[in-house]
Amino acid sequence: MMQESIETAEQKKEPLLRLLNARKSFGKNDVLKDITLEVNAGEVVAIIGPSGGGKSTLLRCATLLETLDGGTLAYGDLVVASPDAAGNAVYGGKDVLAKARTRFGLVFQNFNLFPHYTVLKNIAEPPILVQKREREEVEAEARELLAKMGLSDKADHVPCDLSGGQQQRVAIARALAMNPDILFFDEPTSALDPELTIEVLKVIRQLAAEHMTMVIVTHEMAFARDVADHIIFLDGGYVVEQGPAEQVINNPTHERTRAFLRKYEE
Amino acid sequence: MELSVMLSMLGSSLVFTFFIFFITLVGSLPLGVLIALARMSRLRVLSSIAKIYISFMRGTPLMLQLMFFMFAPYYIFDIPIDVNWKYWACSIGFILNYAAYFAEIYRSGIQSIPVGQYEAASVLGYSKSQTFMKIILPQVIKRILPAMGNEIITLIKDTSLAFVLGIAEMFTVAKQIANSQVTLLPYIIAAAVYWVICLIIEYGLNKTEKKLDYYHD
Repeated sequence: MMQESIETAEQKKEPLLRLLNARKSFGKNDVLKDITLEVNAGEVVAIIGPSGGGKSTLLRCATLLETLDGGTLAYGDLVVASPDAAGNAVYGGKDVLAKARTRFGLVFQNFNLFPHYTVLKNIAEPPILVQKREREEVEAEARELLAKMGLSDKADHVPCDLSGGQQQRVAIARALAMNPDILFFDEPTSALDPELTIEVLKVIRQLAAEHMTMVIVTHEMAFARDVADHIIFLDGGYVVEQGPAEQVINNPTHERTRAFLRKYEE
Repeated sequence: MELSVMLSMLGSSLVFTFFIFFITLVGSLPLGVLIALARMSRLRVLSSIAKIYISFMRGTPLMLQLMFFMFAPYYIFDIPIDVNWKYWACSIGFILNYAAYFAEIYRSGIQSIPVGQYEAASVLGYSKSQTFMKIILPQVIKRILPAMGNEIITLIKDTSLAFVLGIAEMFTVAKQIANSQVTLLPYIIAAAVYWVICLIIEYGLNKTEKKLDYYHD
């Protein structure tokens, strides 16, 4: 499924995700001022930057948890929002939004697993309920995903029995079970102890090796450099700098990027 | 009066006690959901009406409300009161009153669910009704169970308020026997019966709580 979607996207030469002149403010606070970016199939993009720079808002707008005030948002050939004559974002109808939601998955900072469901049901119910797929097939797939996450023995546990790192891996499996074209991570390890961070990062590395398209908001600079193909430095609601991962981390051209990265070296 | 006669009189009065109890639950549990949803509505008018309704129903005595519904048809609409009207007045009064309390319990439960649960469901493509029925409601039920238990136990005892309408529920009958026979015994028996009913309800609630105890959040 993943392989298929990559091929079709490549044939059309369309980026999987496209944001053009995206704007978002909360009251008088302009959080995203003018964001333009593209994510191509198979690419891993890391978004870094100071708190309040707009990283999370960007992910929340891309995943339709917030609506853009202005600009374009498109998933492949599916245009979700486009500007009217005045530049204000106009969203497509319910069917467009529903279709867009089949294109992406989101892994939250604090997991947001469903506490009253077993691990298996957390992963298997969404495809059964939303995509109307066969229970047996979905559950078999969910067990495979759990095995991949190293959690085969946890299928019948409830999330509260699991450590934070294990819960986050279940959340990743839950997102993958929907077969998204693109997977977003919103600071996936910020709520975890260092030793639990490692096991989650390992899973993300593995997905990167399989060419899963991912957009990761992270504070783990070394991880961003190692895993990401492309790094975007976001500050003050603008993309201050972007480029190949090594270049942005090792030889940033903007003073703000340098100042930000220096804090991490200390 | 023989004890067996007293017991059988009190026993048959239980029919009315249970009638009030169950009809109130059947009516007010779903009505409370509607009021809670109205209370949380983004429509200002709707939420204001619900707010005032809840405030009024909780802020005036249930006994007064029962009297109001009993005599409203006569004094307001000039309709002569039918002999069976008291059962209607009683049902309406209890349902409208308890729905206000249940609505606030539902609201507290719904608002205690973290917004992340809605967001996770939204990203996974759940519709609003799927999110509510599958994700939110089951968690709400677990959280509100203790508060609901309180209300349900209060309700069993509140059924005795129907004595003001002359409905022959257990307390009314106990009072009649006590007055005519000059004895405290019917009150003691009635108290024991109320308590036993509450013990059964408590048992059921504890069982349900245990059943929902398979997860913590």
